[in-house]
Amino acid sequence: MDLTFASLSEISEAVTAKKLSAKEVATHFQQRVQALDPKLNAFAALNPDVIKEADAIDARIAKGENVGVLAGVPFGIKDMLCTKGLATTAGSKILSGFIPPYDATVVSRLKKAGVVIMGKLNQDEFAMGSSNETSFFGPVKNPWDLERVPGGSSGGSAAAQAARLVPGTIGTDTGGSIRQPASFCGIVGVKPTYGRVSRYGIIAFASSLDQAGPMVSTVKDAALTLEVISGHDPMDSTSSQKQVPAWSKNLSSDIKGMKIGVIKEYLSGGLEADTQKTFDEALATVKKMGAEIVEISVAGTEFAIPVYYLVATSEASSNLARYDGVRFGYRAEFPRLSGVELEEFYGKTRGEGFGAEVKRRIMLGTYCLSSGYYDAYYNKAGQVRRLLTEQFIDAFKKCDAILSPVTAAPAFKLGELVHDPMTMYLNDIFTTSTNLAGLPGMSVPFGLSQSGLPIGVQVTGAHFEEQKMLNVAYALESVSSVKGKNPHVI
Amino acid sequence: MSFRGYEAVIGIEIHVQLNTASKIFCSDATNFDAGDNENVSPVSAGMPGTLPVVNKKAIEYGIKTGLALGCEIRKKSVFSRKNYFYPDSPKGYQISQYDLPICENGFITFKVNGVDKTVHISRAHLEEDAGKSTHSGEYTLINLNRAGIPLLEIVTGPDMRTPAEAAEYGRAIRQIVRYLDVCDGNLEEGSMRCDCNVSVRKEGSTQFGTKVEIKNVNSFRFVEKAIEYEIERQIDAVERGEKILQETRLWDPDKNRTFAMRSKEDAQDYRYFPDPDLLPLIVTKEMIDEIKSKLPELPIARAKRFQDAHGLPEYDATVLTTEKSWADFYEETAQESKNFKASSNWIMTELMRELNSANKEIAHSPITPKQLGRMIALIDNGTISGKIAKTVFQEMWNSGKDPEVVIKEKGLVQITDPATIEKLVDEVLAANVQSVEDHKTGKKKNLFGFFVGAVMKASKGQANPELVNKILQEKLK
Repeated sequence: MDLTFASLSEISEAVTAKKLSAKEVATHFQQRVQALDPKLNAFAALNPDVIKEADAIDARIAKGENVGVLAGVPFGIKDMLCTKGLATTAGSKILSGFIPPYDATVVSRLKKAGVVIMGKLNQDEFAMGSSNETSFFGPVKNPWDLERVPGGSSGGSAAAQAARLVPGTIGTDTGGSIRQPASFCGIVGVKPTYGRVSRYGIIAFASSLDQAGPMVSTVKDAALTLEVISGHDPMDSTSSQKQVPAWSKNLSSDIKGMKIGVIKEYLSGGLEADTQKTFDEALATVKKMGAEIVEISVAGTEFAIPVYYLVATSEASSNLARYDGVRFGYRAEFPRLSGVELEEFYGKTRGEGFGAEVKRRIMLGTYCLSSGYYDAYYNKAGQVRRLLTEQFIDAFKKCDAILSPVTAAPAFKLGELVHDPMTMYLNDIFTTSTNLAGLPGMSVPFGLSQSGLPIGVQVTGAHFEEQKMLNVAYALESVSSVKGKNPHVI
Repeated sequence: MSFRGYEAVIGIEIHVQLNTASKIFCSDATNFDAGDNENVSPVSAGMPGTLPVVNKKAIEYGIKTGLALGCEIRKKSVFSRKNYFYPDSPKGYQISQYDLPICENGFITFKVNGVDKTVHISRAHLEEDAGKSTHSGEYTLINLNRAGIPLLEIVTGPDMRTPAEAAEYGRAIRQIVRYLDVCDGNLEEGSMRCDCNVSVRKEGSTQFGTKVEIKNVNSFRFVEKAIEYEIERQIDAVERGEKILQETRLWDPDKNRTFAMRSKEDAQDYRYFPDPDLLPLIVTKEMIDEIKSKLPELPIARAKRFQDAHGLPEYDATVLTTEKSWADFYEETAQESKNFKASSNWIMTELMRELNSANKEIAHSPITPKQLGRMIALIDNGTISGKIAKTVFQEMWNSGKDPEVVIKEKGLVQITDPATIEKLVDEVLAANVQSVEDHKTGKKKNLFGFFVGAVMKASKGQANPELVNKILQEKLK
């Protein structure tokens, strides 16, 4: 077994069968991080206790304990998720020095399944970005081309996974933050149905849109990881009570007779040539595999971006109010606190602690929620959002899954869009409606650009129908051009 | 009521701290005696990624209070975020209810100087309390124990016209929340907090004047005084031709005046929006019915029953229903004694006197209602006299012993045997031959009482007074 490219279950089975110790696995990947991460900047923080935690797994196995389906598998965790005793910053200066006294539910479930935490992964600040260039820790490089962005906001997760610095990673997705970087880096990224995965302990960006999900190398690994992290959590009122199916066991590439929807409104062109070609090939492939292509209409998708930016920034403006320098994280320095007015204290702390993109969004959101604008912006956005959701629910009466591009083009160059926020925001054009409607969506690597960059396709499922979505992705993966290809950095 | 040709318009907002065991959105305890920041989990501290989960008990208490106030209970209410920055507001927003509160449109009737007054309750909504800031010159200390304790904010219409009505309204709310056992009603400790909205207008005018809010008045006596002061202040200002400023004022009990705290002209924009971390609160008819079926009898209904079914005077009924614990004590006593009025008398005079002087709650009375009831029954069946009963009561209070035990130990059983009493009478008459003579000849009047007293004394007060009377009358014929 080539440990670098081994699947999650291969590692876990070998560790459980004592063919390999968790310590050997952790050491192997730790060395990869040490060797390659200086080029990528994928990690925001490393877990100093990773070997100790691996030892603990080995000790439990030695005692005959059943450790779990991810026994001894190292994972990298996006810095949005709180990790007990391990610095968690959301890629922001304002959380510098914050060490959570608790694990996010996703993290505690991974640990319960036997995962050891390799470290925290770099990201756009508070997940606000599509290129991983807004991070306090500096940009992450795309392993396929170090001059290009890995996508964002889960850029660290995508890059670390693509370069196999760890066997598995977790990202979060508010408007495409798992799927877009997964596409840019040639990995599999799943945003589950809203409510499928607990948000407890995940730093909130936009509460009604945020979901965490796996960012891994294969659809099978994604299904397995998703099983581990899904399920009701009494600590999250919005988490679903629905049973978690055995997605990985039920995975099937037989999609014969399935109805695959194509959104008419997305066919108006504007895709970069290689991306268009990849998407067309994906459609041809599923058709060849016996699926039926159904054209569907989702009116209002053109409003997805504005609606998304109204909802997300409004919620964010409130969610980020707690970073005030009073209880944790960064506090601006004052020669003497006595006599400092409260507003000055807040202003200086938040002014220095937040980056430009975060400030821009806080201001946008504050404006949307202001008295006199609320009805025209936040409320109206909510109405359009409900209409959009109903349209999707209707569409899924006619098809089992929807196929679409993830982005209009493959990974762009570092610095290319950093001063053009509007174009940057348009990166989310195919991904945000999934979050607005609360649907499950994923990116599966399928094509390669002429310059050798991976291009993903997006599969979207109906609410809580992750299995159908995963099956379509599994079928596409089996004939993907990215299969067996690795980034040059490896 | 007229104040120099003006009418006052008063509305009240009362924050009632619900006495649930845990906070409204997390499992932190709510006990008041906890050390600083002891009841503070990551959720209470507003740490990153933490989420609120609503406490069902707080919802139940909110509905219970709403029902007792005749409110309509919303089947779907919504928690919203009220955004503002303050160090004791750990999330930078307070979770409250805004346009869709859980209770709406109720009323409360209470007495003001013996006359019924009804006030409209426009809404009652659930929210979380903030933490507590203690400013000490150089720095401010923050204690988040209180952050997240459930509050029910009860808001009236602009229905009150006098300071006395406002104070009685507050007392009536306090009485109800104590009856429901959802709040201890302690204003000084802040478990109830009262804000008064006051405006004045020319008598006969139908338009409201500019209202001023007086915040955090910590007793109902102060409510009355603060509003009295405020009415006079506003009338003076209007008379001088000044404009009333819309502002928040605080009551200074030492100087007997209100003073401006902040202007509302530059009112903060709280940017309310539905909290995406919480689903809309759905309450079923079954849940409401269940709570309704468990509502205790409320003071007004109970007082009426004490008058109608027990034949108590209005005064007794009102006093006994002031507190649920008193009314419960009375009912248990009466059930045991089968004598309503006597039970009421003993509680309102002897027991209340002892409780007051010992500064004890009725719940901690050393005499149980059953014991008191049995003691009254022992008077009624002639075992002890009413006079002896006072001695028995005192001994029961001191020792907590049963009345039967006290009577036996102290040998206080009433003498009802005619032969024994006759013997005592004979002894008294024999020892007072001259007085007997004077009585019979009519030389001295009113000696009968003297003989009764002498016989009672000879019996150490234990002789049945009626029998003593009867036998004396026969002997002195």
